[in-house]
Amino acid sequence: MLAIVGTVPDHELPIIHGPLTVDGGQVKLGDRIVEINRGTPALMAAACATQEVLTGKAPYGFLVGDIGRGSGSRHLLKYLAEHLPEFEVHILTLHYLQPIAHWHDRLLQTIEGLPCRPLLIADAGFMYAAKMSGCAEKYDLFTPDVGELAFLADESAPHPFYTRGFILHEENRVPDLVRMAYANKNAARNLLVKGESDYVVRAGQIVDTVDSPAEEAMEAMGGTGDTLTGIVSALIAAGYGITEASLLACKTNRMAGFLARPTPASNIMEIVRHIPAALRQVLGGCRSSVRVL
Amino acid sequence: MSLLHILKKESLQKRKDVDFGILIFETTSDVIQAENTLRRAGCEIRVMGPPPEIRTGCDLVIEYPIMDQMLILRILGEAKIGYRDTVPVTSPLLTPVDLYFVKDFGDYLMVRAANMKITVDKKTRFIVNVSGGGCPDVPYLAHEMTGKRLDEAPFPRDIGHTLCAYALQLAYEEVARRCLP
Repeated sequence: MLAIVGTVPDHELPIIHGPLTVDGGQVKLGDRIVEINRGTPALMAAACATQEVLTGKAPYGFLVGDIGRGSGSRHLLKYLAEHLPEFEVHILTLHYLQPIAHWHDRLLQTIEGLPCRPLLIADAGFMYAAKMSGCAEKYDLFTPDVGELAFLADESAPHPFYTRGFILHEENRVPDLVRMAYANKNAARNLLVKGESDYVVRAGQIVDTVDSPAEEAMEAMGGTGDTLTGIVSALIAAGYGITEASLLACKTNRMAGFLARPTPASNIMEIVRHIPAALRQVLGGCRSSVRVL
Repeated sequence: MSLLHILKKESLQKRKDVDFGILIFETTSDVIQAENTLRRAGCEIRVMGPPPEIRTGCDLVIEYPIMDQMLILRILGEAKIGYRDTVPVTSPLLTPVDLYFVKDFGDYLMVRAANMKITVDKKTRFIVNVSGGGCPDVPYLAHEMTGKRLDEAPFPRDIGHTLCAYALQLAYEEVARRCLP
């Protein structure tokens, strides 16, 4: 089972969990409805759209309300540290959570104690916490953008806000930043770097890049990185290897953007609704051309 | 040597001659509130990253000249802003990001500071998207700011709680500088 963990900007929402479905512009988690604007609901919606094409099996979601004070994140991480063994999770994607080193470490301790350790994917705040805790290498996949890659490359930065100026967030410096992140043991075993070109990295080596189709407006839209993380999570849950799943996810997210023809003012749901068609197109076109890495 | 260079050198020398302390807070929102209050009161402070031994995660500290400590604590007390501790600065502190990336999409302008991006319709000055970041107040800030005009939207520093909110405030100030008359 793929489980996705994150937050929504509603400080009154208690911890909720259950199978995820998408209906129109909303994610349904059990009997609760959450709007898809960006963030974890966008990741969840993209994972649902992907799994709908691949297996039909719904991902499982854990959500809590948090508007940045961190209390919701703390409650959810504490809950998972205590209860995760009760769920049969094979792939765990951790997302918009307050980067709190203590609770990151508590949850990781629980995960490491499981008889069957799930494959670990981290993005956004939880990726920051994983790096800050010095545990990045215990993760199977990080999905940073280029700015976040610079943060991973800077061994002294506890948050992207402190990335030192000489570590420039430039697209053409991605190979250097990848090298620095691995040299400082601040990268997961695999990286999917989102940017003008997407980079697929395995064990410190860039094994592929994807740069088309390109919709420039996606850079300004909230949620396009979240959808990519959702797609790759669902592809891995369907049995694809991490490298191949990363490559297919980059192509699918880009194709969904191409089909949506967004502007910088577009909402992420415009991309999400094109994911099933984009994935079918990518899988159809890739049967003979995708290099299985 | 330019005048700016001389002034910068003098300022650095002045800083070297002064001892500094830092104020540690429970949350970044307390830091933001304290910064606003202390700046309004005219205090010379800097928002910085904490030294490694006291880092808990998403945090900032306020650096101040140690000789102003009594005054600063009194101002915070009067404003009922609590803090966790004060400690002297013994090693260099992390400096927040001060580089901006600007992208012009024609009708829209996007500014990125650190990991946060804000995009504005250049003609109407409406905020059309907020993206990036990883802390949980990013979706909240996006919800509160998107669809509002730049000069009518709430400031990220007033409604945010994390370093991502702080970065968005910097991006907001830069896009406002470029787009507002």
